[in-house]
Amino acid sequence: MGAPGLAFDGILGAALLWTAWQAIHAAGLFRAVVSFMVFGLLMALAWVRLEAPDIALAEAAIGAGITGALLLSALGRLDWEAGRATDECLRGRDRAFWVPTGLLLLAGLGGAAWLLPAPGLGEPVAAELGRSGVENPVTAVLLNFRAWDTLLEIAILLLGVVALWSLGPTPWPSSPELVSPALPMLGRVLFPAFVLVSAYLLWRGSHAPGGAFPAGAVMGAGGVLMLMAGARPWLSGDVHGPWRWALALGMVAMLGVAFAVMTGGHGFFEYPVELAGRLILLLELAAGLSIALLLFALYLGGEPPADWETRRPA
Amino acid sequence: MSLTGVIGGILTVGGVLFLLLGTLGLLRFPDVYTRLHAQPKADNIGLGMICLGLGVYSGSLSLTLKLLLVWLLMLVATAVGAGLIARAALRRGIRPWGL
Amino acid sequence: MTDLFPLLMILLMLNIVVGLMRVLRGPTAADRMLAAEMFATSAIAIALLLAVLTQREALVDLALVFALLSALAVVTFVNRAWSGRVRSSDGEDRP
Repeated sequence: MGAPGLAFDGILGAALLWTAWQAIHAAGLFRAVVSFMVFGLLMALAWVRLEAPDIALAEAAIGAGITGALLLSALGRLDWEAGRATDECLRGRDRAFWVPTGLLLLAGLGGAAWLLPAPGLGEPVAAELGRSGVENPVTAVLLNFRAWDTLLEIAILLLGVVALWSLGPTPWPSSPELVSPALPMLGRVLFPAFVLVSAYLLWRGSHAPGGAFPAGAVMGAGGVLMLMAGARPWLSGDVHGPWRWALALGMVAMLGVAFAVMTGGHGFFEYPVELAGRLILLLELAAGLSIALLLFALYLGGEPPADWETRRPA
Repeated sequence: MSLTGVIGGILTVGGVLFLLLGTLGLLRFPDVYTRLHAQPKADNIGLGMICLGLGVYSGSLSLTLKLLLVWLLMLVATAVGAGLIARAALRRGIRPWGL
Repeated sequence: MTDLFPLLMILLMLNIVVGLMRVLRGPTAADRMLAAEMFATSAIAIALLLAVLTQREALVDLALVFALLSALAVVTFVNRAWSGRVRSSDGEDRP
């Protein structure tokens, strides 16, 4: 795109720096949260300009969806309007520590970027792509070559939910705080679109940007929207209910596949080439479903009641 | 230059102009209700014209349908969002400008 | 005609930058939220222009995700952050 592209990138970069600064240093908490949400939006555009549509999609799904909802809800639990303007600007002593640390970190990152082999690992991935079972290199890395990392990511989400649920019951009411006829309508209109788009992203993951993480994040955000539109969630804290298993589904499926291939004489997560495509599809489905449920469970901020109607604790 | 290219280009440029006008309203109007009056409406028509323009320009039916889906979702979200913000502001006791 | 698209993208990006003024000034939280909504529309328009310009259909999916999720922020805002109730220490809601 030449000079106009450069101008666009320059404005985008400046806006990114400005919103990042605002998110940390704004005088009010609400302004900081809005700045952070705008930062996420601009970051997704920056990933697009860096030719990384997969990351842009994940950033959009997580940054624009569940993160914004989490931060705004957290604000609602603080008395951010009580006029306590943040006086926690950097003081002299802190600055003497953080400014050199920041510069050192920046120098380290710059040095790492400088020293990295120039073409990166793109070529080895492209060489092995034919044996991975999928056509999209990012999905091949996430669910085949480095499936181990994905397993640990899902394990971290699961651990987070377990830790959160152990802290106490969910603070959110079952009915919307703002009574408006538009809210239930919005939920009813948008929920099918959420299901459609996340199924589409999951399906596209094998040959184009998409996959379990964006699909799960979109579906989880859909669940949060429905909760706030006044719908009663399926997910309950019932000890005998199916939901605890559903939360662990992604982890169980990945471990199951990893050990099942070992019985066939392969290594841990080393899929047989002829089965790789189907195994990856299976794992994507399981991981997508459980990521959606895990993100929703994380948003709840505590253990949901066994019965949402009576709010009987689990 | 083909006819579809010209029509698509005109629609797209018009849409961007509408988005800019919406921002002008957001910046210049005196209170939240008047801003709600200006900005979501201008954004909706602006995005609609951009989607339509890009669809006509590209000449691909599947892309056009997808663009229209984007517009439709945004239409629902912006309209309901504006209504909700106005309702919340009224409940908070923010008085409309000039009253 | 595609020569025009980068120019339009720059205009939309400037649109966002100018709109940041409203986030800065407020005065109420609703004004800031409204500005954030406007950014979503502009970002979608930028993504769509880029999608047609570079022939990448994945960017239309990106716009689709943005459009779908833009409702969530406002609904959370009116329901949770700005619901008009201030929680007192005894756990009761007062208007």
